[in-house]
Amino acid sequence: MTISVANLSAFRDDKLILKKINFSLLSKEALIIRGSNGIGKSTLLRILAGFKKPDIGNILWNSKKIFDNPEIHANYIQNIAWLGHSNALKPSLTLKENLNLYAKLYQTNLYETLKKLNLSHLADIPIQQLSSGQKRRTALARILLKPAEIWLLDEPTVGLDQENIQNLIKIFSSFQENGGIILVSTHTELPLMNAKILHLFPPSLQ
Amino acid sequence: MPFFLLLQREILLSFRHASDTLGALLFFILTSTLFPLALGPEPQKLQQIAPAVLWVCTLLAALLPMERIFDQDYEDGSLEQLFLLGIPPSLLAFTKIISHWLCTSIPLLCVSIPLTLLYNLPISILPIFILSLSLGTACQSLIGGMANSIALGAKQNVFLLPLLTFPLLTPVLIFGTMLIDAKLHNLAFLPHLQLLGACFTIALPFCPLAAGIGLKLAIE
Repeated sequence: MTISVANLSAFRDDKLILKKINFSLLSKEALIIRGSNGIGKSTLLRILAGFKKPDIGNILWNSKKIFDNPEIHANYIQNIAWLGHSNALKPSLTLKENLNLYAKLYQTNLYETLKKLNLSHLADIPIQQLSSGQKRRTALARILLKPAEIWLLDEPTVGLDQENIQNLIKIFSSFQENGGIILVSTHTELPLMNAKILHLFPPSLQ
Repeated sequence: MPFFLLLQREILLSFRHASDTLGALLFFILTSTLFPLALGPEPQKLQQIAPAVLWVCTLLAALLPMERIFDQDYEDGSLEQLFLLGIPPSLLAFTKIISHWLCTSIPLLCVSIPLTLLYNLPISILPIFILSLSLGTACQSLIGGMANSIALGAKQNVFLLPLLTFPLLTPVLIFGTMLIDAKLHNLAFLPHLQLLGACFTIALPFCPLAAGIGLKLAIE
């Protein structure tokens, strides 16, 4: 499996924010996206998630352009798991109720996943009663529930303590060992396997 | 399978936010009971205004929780996650529209039954009254859902939603009230029912499709 980006450029409100981005990743590799706030890290991840079409360039998934063919796009999004800025959780539902849809849909074991993230004891507690770190781990549990080949993670460690960050790194390594690709934007140090680093700079400086 | 799982989740969420439905019910009961108080207890007059008052109040009440159909999912990032489930956006919109109808319009229909007695409507009119309101509220959920998805992402969508919804709902309101009126006066009501049915038949495939496009544009 490969994912590559060739000469990708994108505008936000008529302002160029991503200019000629290039990279290529194989199975078991990772890309760490770095850059200051507002530089376009989230925009790049959103393009990679298939939400937004790049203004110039394309994304190649196994050498196929994902934005040119709706069928390829549909197959691609089935193979990615996305963690955005927001946790996408419903405060009034319990942790289990929030994740049930995904566990049932992908026929994955919810309790096994919760155990991996030390969340089993919180399964029946409404999300509004959890701490920000616990909410982030719940959002990460959704990533684990989807049998995806590519993980796109926007600041996954926000709100997590050192112990949970170490646990997360182990989970990431295990995913990569099984052939997965991780693309992550982060401000913290994440020692990922076979990691490449993409530094984003303002387009005017490139 | 994904459709039913998603519908189950939407209904569960509506139960947890029961205050939205209760607010709509309270609004409906209060506005409908204020008319007889303002106009006086004359049975003939009340019966004459009943179709228009009950229809307008039902549509306005069902519009109250409408902006929540997609807004919360859009703001908390759930819409992006739902997109990645691989469900077509139009089906996603359709599921949420059905959930709105089940959780808001059905309770309103139930409450409207005792209110017909308040307006001195004969019991024999009830089946056609409920049928017309069922079609009318279904049209409203479809049109409102479409309008909500189009207005999503716009900063002033509080104003956009009624502006987009009411002009499209006008024919539904006219045919619905004329239908009850015709039945009340023993006139031919079938043409009005057919026109109301035609509105529903047009809205049923078109609105979820348009709503799906609106959702797709909103997450870009």
